[in-house]
Amino acid sequence: MTIILTSLVFASLLGAILALIIGTAAKAFAVESDPRIETVTDMLPGANCGGCGYAGCADFAKAVVEGAAMPSGCPVAPASDSARIAEYLGITSEEKEKMVAVVRCSGTISTTVRSPYNGIQDCRSAVLVAGGAKGCDYGCLGLASCARACPFNAIEIRDGLAVVHPELCVGCGKCVDVCPKDLIVLVPASVEVHVYCNSPEKGAVKRKVCKTACIACRKCIKAADNEDQMIVKGFLVETNYDNPPLPDLVEKAACPTTALRLASKHAAGEYEGVSK
Amino acid sequence: MADNILTITIGAILVNNFVLAKFLGICPFLGVSKKTKTALGMSGAVVFVMTLSSLVTSVIYKYILSKTFMVAGTEVNLTFLKILVFIVVIASLVQLVEIILQKFSPPLYKALGIFLPLITTNCAVLGAAELSVQAGYGVLESTIFGFCSALGFALALILFSSLREKLDLAQVPVPLQGTAIGLITAGILAMVFMGFSGLV
Repeated sequence: MTIILTSLVFASLLGAILALIIGTAAKAFAVESDPRIETVTDMLPGANCGGCGYAGCADFAKAVVEGAAMPSGCPVAPASDSARIAEYLGITSEEKEKMVAVVRCSGTISTTVRSPYNGIQDCRSAVLVAGGAKGCDYGCLGLASCARACPFNAIEIRDGLAVVHPELCVGCGKCVDVCPKDLIVLVPASVEVHVYCNSPEKGAVKRKVCKTACIACRKCIKAADNEDQMIVKGFLVETNYDNPPLPDLVEKAACPTTALRLASKHAAGEYEGVSK
Repeated sequence: MADNILTITIGAILVNNFVLAKFLGICPFLGVSKKTKTALGMSGAVVFVMTLSSLVTSVIYKYILSKTFMVAGTEVNLTFLKILVFIVVIASLVQLVEIILQKFSPPLYKALGIFLPLITTNCAVLGAAELSVQAGYGVLESTIFGFCSALGFALALILFSSLREKLDLAQVPVPLQGTAIGLITAGILAMVFMGFSGLV
C-alpha cells in the first residue's frame, strides 16, 4: 500500500514540477513574431519550391511582410492570390507575367539515337560519358533530371524526350538549373509558338542525326505577319518573345521538319510520327 | 577509467551500433534517410538530445530512483518507475531545450527545430538511458555512452542516406524499388558492421 501511494505521489509531483518548469519557460522565453507572417504563409501556395529565391513559403512570407519582397515574387501563386496578399498588407504589388518552361528539343528516341547507355540514370551523369547517348550533342538526353527536380510534376519523359506540360508548369525554374545541356528556358506563358531545337550546327549536319531539327529554312519567317516575329541565330531560328507570332503561324509556315510547334499540341503528343 | 571510456566509445559507435547492431531507432533511420541534408539535421538533433538526456536521466537514477527511502516505516524503492520517469523527463527536457533554442539561437533552432519533437520519445534515446543503467555506468560514463551511441546513430544514418541517394539513380528491378531496396541495403550495411564485433 505504501509503495503504491508513494509512487503515485512521486509521479504526480514529478509531472507537476516538469509542467511548472515548461510553463514558466514558455512564458519567459516566448518569441514575439508578426502574426501577419502566418496569415501570408497561409495565402501562399505552400509548395515550398524555392522559385522565389527564398527558403520555402514561410521565409518568403516573412520577406513580403518586412517589405523585402513583392507578393508577385511568387512564381506559383496566380495574380489573383498575389493581389489578395497585397490588399491584406495594404501595399501595391506590381503585376508580373506568368512564365513557363520550354525544353528546346524535339528529338525522341525514335528520331535520334547514337548508342545504348546503361549507366546512372541521370542526365548530369550521362553527359560525362561522351556527352550522352543521343545522336545530337545538343539534344535532350531524356534521363529525367528535370522531371525529378520539378516539384509540380509538370515534366513528362516521353520516348526519351522531356516534355513540359504548360498547364502544370508554374515557372519556378528548378529544371532550368539542373539541365546539363542548358535546353530549358523560361518564356512568357502567353506565347504558344516555339522552335523545339537548340542545335547551332549546320542544317545538313543536324538532319543526319535528327529528323525534327530546325534547319533554318526560313519558311516560318516568310509566313509570319511581321519579319521581326522570328529571329535567325546562325543556323537556328528562334521565337522573338518580345514580339511573339500568333499561334496560327505553325500552320501557315508548315515547317518541313516540324521543329516549329505549338506548346499545347507538343505536350499532347500530336507531333509524334509526323516528321518525314 | 580512461580504458573504460575508450571501450565505451568504440563499443557504442562501431561494435554495438544502435541502428545496425541493436536495431533501435529504425523509424528515423528509414524515414529521414532519403536525403543526406535532412539526415545531417536529424543526426545533429539526435546527438544533442541523446547526450543531454543521458546526463539528466543518469543523475535522476543515481540520486533518486536507485535509493531506498523510509516512508511511514516501510522501505520504498522506486526503481520500477524507471522507464516512466525517463520518458517523461526526456520529453519535457526536449520541449524545454526547444523553447530556449528558439529564443536564444534561431539559426540552431532552424537547423534542428523540426527534428527535435520527432525524437523526444524515440526508442534510441530511451534505449541509451536504459542501457547505461543496465550496464551500471556512472554519470560521466552514461553521458559519454549517450554521446557515442548518438554518434553511431549519426554514422549509420549518414552512410545509409548517401547510399540511398545513389540508389535513386540506379536501375533497380521494379518489385524492389523504393523502401524494399532500402531495407535490403540496410541489411547489408548491418552485416558490414558485424565485422567490428571482435573489437571490444
